[in-house]
Amino acid sequence: MTNPKGRFGIHGGQYIPETLMNAVIELEEAYLRLKDDPAFDRELRALLDEYAGRPSRLTYAEKMTKDLGGAKIYLKREDLNHTGSHKINNVLGQALLAKKMGKTRLIAETGAGQHGVATATAAALFGMECVIFMGEEDTVRQALNVYRMRLLGAEVVPVKSGTATLKDAVSEAMREWVSRISDTHYCLGSVMGPHPFPTIVRDFQSVISREIRAQLLEREGKLPDAVLACVGGGSNAIGSFYHFIPDAGVRLIGCEAAGRGIDTFETAATVNTGRLGIFHGMKSYFCQDEYGQIAPVYSISAGLDYPGVGPEHAHLHDIGRAEYVPVTDDEAVDAFEYLSRTEGIIPAIESAHAVAYARKLAPTMRPDQILVVTISGRGDKDCAAIARYKGEDIYE
Amino acid sequence: MSNIRSAFADGKAFVAFITCGDPDFETTAAAVRAAVAGGADLIELGIPFSDPTAEGPVIQAANQRALAGGATTDRVFELVRELRRDVRVPLAFMTYANVVFSYGIPRFLDRCRDVGIDGLILPDVPFEEKDEFLPACREAGVDFISLIAPTSHQRIAKIAREAEGFLYLVSSLGVTGERSEITTDLGAIVSHIREQTDVPCAIGFGISTPPQAKAMSALADGVIVGSAIVRLLAEHGTDAPPYIRDYVASMKAAMR
Repeated sequence: MTNPKGRFGIHGGQYIPETLMNAVIELEEAYLRLKDDPAFDRELRALLDEYAGRPSRLTYAEKMTKDLGGAKIYLKREDLNHTGSHKINNVLGQALLAKKMGKTRLIAETGAGQHGVATATAAALFGMECVIFMGEEDTVRQALNVYRMRLLGAEVVPVKSGTATLKDAVSEAMREWVSRISDTHYCLGSVMGPHPFPTIVRDFQSVISREIRAQLLEREGKLPDAVLACVGGGSNAIGSFYHFIPDAGVRLIGCEAAGRGIDTFETAATVNTGRLGIFHGMKSYFCQDEYGQIAPVYSISAGLDYPGVGPEHAHLHDIGRAEYVPVTDDEAVDAFEYLSRTEGIIPAIESAHAVAYARKLAPTMRPDQILVVTISGRGDKDCAAIARYKGEDIYE
Repeated sequence: MSNIRSAFADGKAFVAFITCGDPDFETTAAAVRAAVAGGADLIELGIPFSDPTAEGPVIQAANQRALAGGATTDRVFELVRELRRDVRVPLAFMTYANVVFSYGIPRFLDRCRDVGIDGLILPDVPFEEKDEFLPACREAGVDFISLIAPTSHQRIAKIAREAEGFLYLVSSLGVTGERSEITTDLGAIVSHIREQTDVPCAIGFGISTPPQAKAMSALADGVIVGSAIVRLLAEHGTDAPPYIRDYVASMKAAMR
């Protein structure tokens, strides 16, 4: 028998040390108290509007649409948000929540550095102390973001344990939270971890689909036929999907990082290659070996280089409401260049995974159908790494 | 009385933690026997996990050494079967939820019973999630060991009331590892626990020196020491067992 609390089907739950239980219970209580509080909502909306620059634009990708010759393509421009990605939506919500709870210190994990930068930004804005845990390998891949976080006043701790990537950064942030709870909020960056994080982060990110829905109804007078987003932990994807879940006619497609391919060990496509397991506070799908040892995953994208997926995605997969497709490094890099040349938009390498699948899907659809692709972040941070991938020896 | 309880039947108990397969299984077997020879009353056997989120650097490194050496859950069961030829003290597994879940919870506990394991400690399975593991533990006659932390407050009563085997009282915030000072008011927590249950209570996390063992065992029914023993294995490798025997004996002497 499993605890029904914080479950999405069989997934989710609260698999964490006893030391943290009261912290997550306190967080859940504060969230339930504040989420429907009009004053909290006003404050958060004002921050999203004036500070983050919401609503983000829905851009008609005319050249891409013509080039691919199928569905009409719209891009949800989370890359235009302050700090350059969707991560700010969740961070402003959680930082405000933490402030109301009397916390004075934010800690967070980061993969590509986008969540770390957003958290460091919110901490600067709210006058809070900030410590970011980042896999040592990622601090090299994303050196510019490390500089940005430090510039914003955060301490960046390179994590050397395990594979020195995102999963190890999450583990280390959890270890830090266990050590210091009373003044510290763990600002988790994705729809993962123990309840209530998957719900809180989803709610804060659901602004994406709320806006897509309203913007598209205004522009086209109808809902999209498909919504695409990249999935690591899955926060921009669940944000893009959430308000369309009841609309059976809208296909929801999460694009996973296949790395060098799902038939290799160098992949991070969790839904496509993982098995049910329990890790980082949740039951969900994880890349793991036969004994449950978490696998060292790989993707060119530091932000998708995670061996698990959020429990709500695992559930949407189980019930067939969302599809999860693998996209390789090569396809993502091609799409990174394609969107840059075609639309003059340099997407984050994470978001390029969704663009890559849009290039396959759009031509199979009719011109009266609509495809929305969430561009979760901008790609400036990736330019040096992609250049190196393509054999050009440039350094930031 | 469960076999675990018997560890606490004769004075204060010393619980020794050892990561299985660090650096190899022959050394683990010798280390367990050395700890018993030194006076350990209960052995906690760590089944290595790739991402041990409740552990400090010393035990994290032991997990990595063990996995790098090819340790698997099946090999750990073989080790226990071999140990049970002569080791009589209660044995408990300490591992993470996914190790048990991925093996299959009933299958894992069946094997625990077959090889002679008495208790199971899963630091990432709190009170709220234990019902997923409990029926199979009951079936196998394995005690599910609950933890209580300095932050447990109002949760202490319900956790203690359902406790079995022994209660693992976490001495302080943070992960496992040696600490120079433990400032939690453990006496108050222990008396709160005593109001609810007569299940013995052992204090762990951060205990490494004989004076700490003396002070902590005065507050509770026993102490649990992990990182200090694992450090001996890190330092001396396959030569560690005699050092472990002497170390356990020194801790045990301080607790008398």
